[in-house]
Amino acid sequence: MTLIHARGLVKRFEGFTAVDGIDVDVQPGEAFGFLGPNGAGKSSTMRMIGCVSPPTGGELRILGMDPVREGPKIRARLGVCPQLDNLDLELTVRENLTTYARFFGIPRKVARARADELLDFVQLTERADSKVEPLSGGMKRRLTIARALVNEPEIVLLDEPTTGLDPQARHLVWERLFRLKQQGVTLVLTTHYMDEAEQLCDRLVVMDAGKIVAEGSPRALIDRYSTREVVELRFAAESQEPFASKLDGIGERVEVLPDRILLYVEHGDEAVAEVQGRALSPAGVLVRRSSLEDVFLTLTGRTLVD
Amino acid sequence: MFYVLEYYLINYRRVWRGSVLSSFILPLLTMLGFGVGVGAYVTGGVEGVPYLDWMVPGLIASTALQVAVGESTWPVMGAFSWDRLYFAQAAAPLRITDILDGHLIFVVLRTLLSSAAFLAIAAAFGTLHSWWALLTLPIAALVGLAVATPTFAYSATITVDSYLSILYRFGVIPMSLFSGVFFPVESLPLVFKWVAYAFPLWHAVDLSRAATLGIAPAWSTAGHLLYLALWVAAGWLLALRQFRRRLVL
Repeated sequence: MTLIHARGLVKRFEGFTAVDGIDVDVQPGEAFGFLGPNGAGKSSTMRMIGCVSPPTGGELRILGMDPVREGPKIRARLGVCPQLDNLDLELTVRENLTTYARFFGIPRKVARARADELLDFVQLTERADSKVEPLSGGMKRRLTIARALVNEPEIVLLDEPTTGLDPQARHLVWERLFRLKQQGVTLVLTTHYMDEAEQLCDRLVVMDAGKIVAEGSPRALIDRYSTREVVELRFAAESQEPFASKLDGIGERVEVLPDRILLYVEHGDEAVAEVQGRALSPAGVLVRRSSLEDVFLTLTGRTLVD
Repeated sequence: MFYVLEYYLINYRRVWRGSVLSSFILPLLTMLGFGVGVGAYVTGGVEGVPYLDWMVPGLIASTALQVAVGESTWPVMGAFSWDRLYFAQAAAPLRITDILDGHLIFVVLRTLLSSAAFLAIAAAFGTLHSWWALLTLPIAALVGLAVATPTFAYSATITVDSYLSILYRFGVIPMSLFSGVFFPVESLPLVFKWVAYAFPLWHAVDLSRAATLGIAPAWSTAGHLLYLALWVAAGWLLALRQFRRRLVL
């Protein structure tokens, strides 16, 4: 069964269209991602899937049900980790889980047992009886994830799960999410970090201005929309623009950014040799593999994180 | 709805000792200050009873007002704008009415607790003339709800808490002063008299006074109750509308 099914899904607010007719299907056990810059319509889509925001148009079925008429029934089987933590700062870590479990009608005894399991899972057992307020950002986010799992959901929605976390905290969150995925939990996440999408998603859609501009696995998207390698050149000058014309003919495509020039090529080292053969001496040279960032740049002409 | 109430009660468990203590201390100080202090000047009493006895039922109703509004301002605004607790609840299988009603019931319970504490102190000072005085509690709950529901609506509308002081300046304070708590409404000029009639508090004050003194209220009991019920109903509808606007995007 398709867990999430959307056809021509639209969300309009006064004066602007946040989601502009998207088609999405999410299968059980998948880790599905919405990748795009801020304002692309990812969070609006997530809220519609989370049954807290009625679609303006199109068709949407979650777990085979209509989110407008059967919101509470669907929400009982979803786990939601919102973009901004909304934990109760005055309750203890454990109480945050047990009180939230009660909203799902879970018996107190079961809630307590499950809270202990989940605290173990997100590695917060030692902080179980401390208040939430003094926890670090990474700990709060892990607690929010634990709270989203308290009803043993069939789908977990994660809106920007690691935005604002330091690299170490991010990796810990990714590792836990990866574990969940291995347990067969369906994950749906939004992100504007390409590395996050590459790490976690089996399949993703790239969104821009409310529309889906590409869809596929991270690997397939890179193969299709980018070259194997990318050469990043930085010239010590006010503007990178004048150097672009001198790079004509090297690689498949040249992309000029404010602070650097990207050369899309099959073999980076060969391209670097050719650049040097033209008597150009960039201040910085970096050869790397193509990423989803490049896919996005190719598709929209803009970078993901400005 | 009861799961939401349970959540507030668990939260209240943290602070209940301090809260109960202050529920007793405030009326105690008021009794001493107003009753013994001001009462000594008003030697003739009011409407044939000692000033303290006359004022106590008004204070019980006015306490209900203060507590109900206090619990419906920052806590409601904060649950939207600061810790976003309502959004967490909305993601669970609760309906908007569950989220609203669960919180309102908690506010009514808090109101009852404070009014009961006041009633107990008032009884200890021997200011109650009748067993009807027990009815001040349901009256307190009713007036609490009558002010809590529109306050919920207001707090759910604003996003900056300085707007709350407007509510106190133009709502709570004038209502407390002109609703017959400290002096009879009849001594007010006509315009202010109608202000008193329009606000919910005077209706609760009149009923409470009738209850503790064992006399008939100035208006018909049914009229008072209906008017308060009207505030509850209108306030609830407004609150529900604002909650929908904020929670259903």
